[in-house]
Amino acid sequence: MIEVKHLYKSFEDKDVLKDINTVFHTGKTNLIIGQSGSGKTVLMKCLVGLLRPEQGELLYDGRDIVKMNKKERKKLRTEMGMLFQSAALFDSMTVLENVMFPLDMFSNMTVRDRIRRAMFCLDRVNLTDAKKKYPSEISGGMQKRVAIARAIALNPKYLFCDEPNSGLDPRTSLVIDDLIHSITHEFQMTTIINTHDMNSVMGIGENIAFINHGVKDWEGTSKDVFTSDSESLNEFVFASDLFKKIRQAELASREK
Amino acid sequence: MTKIFASVGKYMMLMWRVFARPERIRMYLKQYLKELEQLGVNSIGIVLLISLFIGAVITVQIKLNIESPWMPRWTVGYVTREILLLEFSSAIMCLILSGKVGSNIASELGTMRVTQQIDALEIMGINSASYLILPKIAALMTMIPILVVFSIFAGTIGAFCSCWIIGIMPASTLEFGLQYMFVEWYVWCSFIKSFFFAFIIASVSSYFGYTVEGGSIEVGKASTNSVVVSSVLILFADLVLTKLLMG
Repeated sequence: MIEVKHLYKSFEDKDVLKDINTVFHTGKTNLIIGQSGSGKTVLMKCLVGLLRPEQGELLYDGRDIVKMNKKERKKLRTEMGMLFQSAALFDSMTVLENVMFPLDMFSNMTVRDRIRRAMFCLDRVNLTDAKKKYPSEISGGMQKRVAIARAIALNPKYLFCDEPNSGLDPRTSLVIDDLIHSITHEFQMTTIINTHDMNSVMGIGENIAFINHGVKDWEGTSKDVFTSDSESLNEFVFASDLFKKIRQAELASREK
Repeated sequence: MTKIFASVGKYMMLMWRVFARPERIRMYLKQYLKELEQLGVNSIGIVLLISLFIGAVITVQIKLNIESPWMPRWTVGYVTREILLLEFSSAIMCLILSGKVGSNIASELGTMRVTQQIDALEIMGINSASYLILPKIAALMTMIPILVVFSIFAGTIGAFCSCWIIGIMPASTLEFGLQYMFVEWYVWCSFIKSFFFAFIIASVSSYFGYTVEGGSIEVGKASTNSVVVSSVLILFADLVLTKLLMG
């Protein structure tokens, strides 16, 4: 579980995050949603320790990352996995080497065990056939799946996904969403996904935090979204005619 | 002026991180071997080619410019050797390498930065500065003195080629000049200077690449800046080191 308490972050007198309080639960896919520039990426960067907040606490199962020294933070980071928007695979390494990299760096396993673990992770994302290929030789969706395999290689407690569906077609997006969702439940991880993909919100949003102009405006599940009276959330989620119709149909069916 | 001081400060802080204790020596050695090939071995061809031609051109130029009944002919070989040993094979070759190797380092690290590969390393808890930059510095400091040796030999062969192929003077006269009053310390000076230049090329280029912010245009700018700044620093260091080593 990750708890965020009274978090503030600003850049040159511009307040980007203002008094954020929320909880990300273990074994659930926790979503951070919001418009571009709302502060969700900054929140994610604060969570993983790439940015230092001015004020507030970020508690990883009770351990505050803000107050940790270098050594403690380094140890905590071995418990994290992260899926970047651009997949961020190492170009000079093959798919298998990419997945093995965290194991090579942090585990004391034998080479055979490391290969076995990497192959297990690749099998989990259905990519064992691509193990000898380089990132430039595989599609964007496959790169994301390799990045997921790399992120789970060390069996992390916390998984962070920064816009995992950006640049992917709707069908591949669903595959990635399902994969993240099933992995979260299978390994009982605390997964936090930064997204503005409405299909993800409706499909895998077990706990959603809506950030609007640096403030947490709303919190709930994908089912609660339909009944929310937050004007800014409704404007954001039901921006398209399709989603407006879906909302009307959902509310009508609930009334019946 | 403030910007320059800020950059120097950032560079020093980056170097502090680079020379932190490596986390996994095995992984660093793997990177080091990769960099030896990428930065050093892959530069042998261009070093040999340039040195061969410059060695020949220097000999022809010296021959044409100091031809005088008052000057013994072997002076051409003597001057050629001194130019190759003292300046060309160390300083000028490193200036050329700062273009090839420096831009390679800056663009590689810059691309890694903009495609979030460096962030990925940081999230994993790896000291990305040390893991990526230290093997490059170590590899270049290992390889450049070796490249200097290659350059001296190729330049000397080039000088002989100007005798054998163009026939500007008898090869035996050139050989006498090349051996005349040979000072071993000059070879060591060349190595010592190249050692410093290697550090400048690798660290300055890494600094520009590692600190890129933005996209592909900024990566290009970083690559250009790294070549310009490391070239200027090499010239400055050349002056200081020459004064210190040769009095």
